[in-house]
Amino acid sequence: MTLTLTHYLVLSVLLFSIGIAGVIRRKNLLMLFFATEIMLNAANIAFAAISVYIGDLSGQLFALFIIAIAASEVAVGLGLLILAYKKYGTLDLDKYSVMKG
Amino acid sequence: MEAIAFYIFSILITGLFLVTILSRNILYSMSSLAAGMVLISGLFFVLGADFLGAVQLVVYSGAVMALYAFGMMFFDATKDIKEKNSPGWLVFLLSGVSALIMVVIFAAPSIGKNIKPLVTGTKGADNPHVIGEVLFTKYLIPFEVAAVMLLVAMIAGIILASKKMDKSLSEVYVGTDPEAELKEQK
Repeated sequence: MTLTLTHYLVLSVLLFSIGIAGVIRRKNLLMLFFATEIMLNAANIAFAAISVYIGDLSGQLFALFIIAIAASEVAVGLGLLILAYKKYGTLDLDKYSVMKG
Repeated sequence: MEAIAFYIFSILITGLFLVTILSRNILYSMSSLAAGMVLISGLFFVLGADFLGAVQLVVYSGAVMALYAFGMMFFDATKDIKEKNSPGWLVFLLSGVSALIMVVIFAAPSIGKNIKPLVTGTKGADNPHVIGEVLFTKYLIPFEVAAVMLLVAMIAGIILASKKMDKSLSEVYVGTDPEAELKEQK
């Protein structure tokens, strides 16, 4: 039983759908960040697997850049999250809606 | 042997990430997310992308999770989250279908037979060596841009988080509801 590219792509789909489900389902802002991390990791797995199975190094390098982007996203995002928490005192997305409609 | 490692890793990762998005306590979900990151680096080692696995281990499960853990100190993390949810099976169905469509779209070119590797690196060199060579020749400018972007993100994080740092959170926010807060600002 040998591993093929399909195995990794299927795992990537699974993790990505878990991430999307988290983004849709959770109402807590911090959970939204966690789900985003899950989706970025799923994309990384797909990049690395395709890069290894085709024999092209670009995929791994782009996965590296994605990791850098994720790190800076976390830094800025946590700063904004702390500001929002100071302003509203909650992380619940439903409490943030101020328009009556 | 590789297949066994792959299956163990993938089952564990999927379970841990499911715990992450389904757990009511935010501390549980953060810990399971960190464990899942570590196991994903194991998946990279199985693939043979050693450098990527090491970076994943250092950056994700080291830096990013530590940042989340420190950021968690600002929030009331022990409180259980109450939220009203849409039906679970619908959400999972929709997200699964959309993720499948995205992967089919993006993987379609790689199914084609006439694909040629663009960057192969030197033959016989180990993975970190090859990655270093390619990163500092062909991908030098994106690398530098990523460095500048990290610097910008660091400064932005410091400025955003350190506003009103001299007041404690209980002083800034004393049990008023957000709407009253908004009216106050008007």
